[in-house]
Amino acid sequence: MLPLRFRRVTMSARVLVGVKRVIDYAVKIRVKPDRTGVVTDGVKHSMNPFCEIAVEEAVKLKEKKLVKEVVAVSCGPQQVQETIRTALAMGADRGIHVEVSGKDYETLGPLQVSKIFAALAKKEQADLIILGKQAIDDDCNQTGQMTAALLDWPQGTFASEVTLEADKLKVVREIDGGLETIKIKLPAVVTADLRLNTPRYATLPNIMKAKKKKIVNVKPADLGVDVSSRLEVLKVDEPPQRQSGVKVETVHDLVEKLKEAGRI
Amino acid sequence: MTVPHCYHKHRITLIHMTRRCIRALKAVRAEHVAPQVYSTRWSSSTVPRITTHYTVYPRDKDPRWEGMEMERFADEADVVIVGGGPAGLSAAIRLKQLANQHEKELRVCVVEKASQIGAHTLSGACLEPTALNELIPDWKERGAPLNTPVTEDKFAILTEKYRIPVPILPGLPMNNHGNYLVRLGHFVRWLGEQAEELGVELYPGYAAAEVLFHEDGSVKGIATNDVGIGKDGSPKDVFERGMELHAKVTLFGEGCHGHLAKQLYKQFNLRENCEPQTYAIGLKELWVIDEKKWRPGRTEHSVGWPLNRNTYGGSFLYHLNEGEPLVALGFVVGLDYTNPYLSPFREFQRWKHHPSIMSTLEGGNRIAYGARALNEGGFQSIPKLTFPGGMLIGCSPGFMNVPKIKGTHTAMKSGMLAAETAFSKITDENLQSETAGLYIPEYKEALEKSWIWKELYAVRNIRPSFHNYFGLYGGMLYTGIFYWFLRGKEPWTLKHNGLDSAQLKPAKDCAPIEYPKPDGKISFDLLSSVALSGTNHEHDQPPHLTLKDDSVPVAQNLAIYDGPEQRFCPAGVYEYVPLETGDGMRLQINAQNCVHCKTCDIKDPSQNINWVVPEGSGGPAYNGM
Repeated sequence: MLPLRFRRVTMSARVLVGVKRVIDYAVKIRVKPDRTGVVTDGVKHSMNPFCEIAVEEAVKLKEKKLVKEVVAVSCGPQQVQETIRTALAMGADRGIHVEVSGKDYETLGPLQVSKIFAALAKKEQADLIILGKQAIDDDCNQTGQMTAALLDWPQGTFASEVTLEADKLKVVREIDGGLETIKIKLPAVVTADLRLNTPRYATLPNIMKAKKKKIVNVKPADLGVDVSSRLEVLKVDEPPQRQSGVKVETVHDLVEKLKEAGRI
Repeated sequence: MTVPHCYHKHRITLIHMTRRCIRALKAVRAEHVAPQVYSTRWSSSTVPRITTHYTVYPRDKDPRWEGMEMERFADEADVVIVGGGPAGLSAAIRLKQLANQHEKELRVCVVEKASQIGAHTLSGACLEPTALNELIPDWKERGAPLNTPVTEDKFAILTEKYRIPVPILPGLPMNNHGNYLVRLGHFVRWLGEQAEELGVELYPGYAAAEVLFHEDGSVKGIATNDVGIGKDGSPKDVFERGMELHAKVTLFGEGCHGHLAKQLYKQFNLRENCEPQTYAIGLKELWVIDEKKWRPGRTEHSVGWPLNRNTYGGSFLYHLNEGEPLVALGFVVGLDYTNPYLSPFREFQRWKHHPSIMSTLEGGNRIAYGARALNEGGFQSIPKLTFPGGMLIGCSPGFMNVPKIKGTHTAMKSGMLAAETAFSKITDENLQSETAGLYIPEYKEALEKSWIWKELYAVRNIRPSFHNYFGLYGGMLYTGIFYWFLRGKEPWTLKHNGLDSAQLKPAKDCAPIEYPKPDGKISFDLLSSVALSGTNHEHDQPPHLTLKDDSVPVAQNLAIYDGPEQRFCPAGVYEYVPLETGDGMRLQINAQNCVHCKTCDIKDPSQNINWVVPEGSGGPAYNGM
């Protein structure tokens, strides 16, 4: 009997894709008057751009017949169902809505989400998890990595190219020095970077068809996950106003000004 | 190629331009500069290509589109409603209420170009709850966001330094007793929730881009926008056709100056017996102010400074009661203004510096900005409202009560009447329709019997009464005498002045206006304001501000009127920049900034700009505006 780790990935492969509902990137953020966070009520939200790329990659794999099923997962209150529906309209087969709301949702972070994903991966017997590399609201860039660690799976992060070769995944990663190509064994976690693909539009006929696809509701407790946070947000502030600069005419003036400011 | 009439007037200018351009072209060819598509038009000068949209350059003649799959998925509904605003949603709700009441199945679909219901809604707003009381009598229990009843109502004439209060006598149209100050975007969002509960299919993020017709010429439905067309008009990898939604009757509720309505006016000749619509532009901001200055329920309106007596316009300032000390304030300028140097945005910013306004805003923070055109034509400008297969509802045909500055209650009522008449027609088992799309003239009859008609008829002469030598003061005198005593029963109906776009005087006949620089605390520059509207569009798509002729902006708008679009656009879409090749200017269209206000389509003196709908979910991201 081959250990679970080395089982052959066949056509029955299942991909879990995480999608996060975030404030739309073009919207001007406003800090709440009580400085505990930002105003979200009524503000335009959309799917995290990197999550869109993740969904597109999973759907592409399905279209190439390399995987059998794409499951879209999102954690949050009722409204995240819209985000899951968009993923379904892009081609995911079914959705899982992990219900987290109220105070729990405000403090939900990568550690809890990765625990949820790890539990779901085991429950759904997923072979591949594709996530966006980071969310544009908190910029954490942690969920993919933590999920892989919790599952003891290999990870291919900042992927700009993913190729499935038998039971191994060839991932081209975007790193500071350039591009790094690695080969990792399935099951694995991949996080999508910008150049991985261009996501397709969720067209209206697909949105209508997506209404018939199933979204299952699950609670974190059902998965044995405790979503309480070990972090406390003390305050949230706007970035300091940028001070206008001063123009000087000569180098002498520059030196004088620097001396005045106590810099030299 | 025929030579247009204005060629002779501007012959000399054109010859100069031609010579310059030929020289420039020779230089370009020699250097092999980056390719820019040049289109040679009647003007005999080469003009950088601006417009790439398929409504101007059809795809069936475009070689890049050869072989592309252009088939569309189609679906059938009973009623399709274009526009998820007060009129469209009221119609949808009313249809479903009737269907449930009579136990009939009815599929109602609403398409809305905004990414979420309410995101493109902008209004003062002071809501008269008459239509709402009829539509959803238990709105309070259902949590409708009408949280601020009007407690104080003030009207004043402003001069540069002073404020002259004008008493609002009961009976005058601007009396607001019984009304509510609302954030209309939130109200529309709530209407959307009510509609969904009743089973209406709402599709925000999908714009109706094309009207579909049966073979007999009646309206068959609409098609949503195609996606995945590149900036140069060619198909991208992600290109997909829009979807067709067919219906027995289609309700068009696109709001003021809708782009599909514009086509329908031509197609069915709906405007042959009415005056052209006249408009105004409304700019609005939301401010969180110092709590000590906050008076929830206080409604202030002003006229006068900074506009001169011949430019129609005025301001509003509403103190909202929504938790934090919020005020909604804004400025309206009639688009029949004559001076091309006038900038409605800068008038708005200037007005905020009036001592009586500044005292409210000092120490406060601006949190939102937006703009939208609104109707001023009233009774005289109502077009024919029904045609085979469709009906016009809401601000699209235009039911705004101009002196009251309220159009939401009439828009909602028109939607409800359209729904009621459509419902009886659709469920009539013995119906013999001459056309495949249903023709429902009963809608117009219902409107004529309703309070909308009486209300609009009574105030029909107030706005046109401003077209006199004394301008604002003549108008106020007329209102004071005729309206207050006669309530519109005078036997005559005054006329408007004609198309707004024809009102501009040439720049050489007008004086440039010196506007003060924004101080960054009370008044602001245009670009930071546009950023606050949250507007954005997919950048790689053809600009949706299409020009029928790319050479006209420089040849006419800039040459005669000094490019008024640079000033009347509240989002900085239009800029005249120097040509890369040296002398001469070109028009740069920053389509991504557009806030869908429609002012350019209305005010362009050459009527060369045709606003078409961009990819769905583009546009502003207003939150409770």
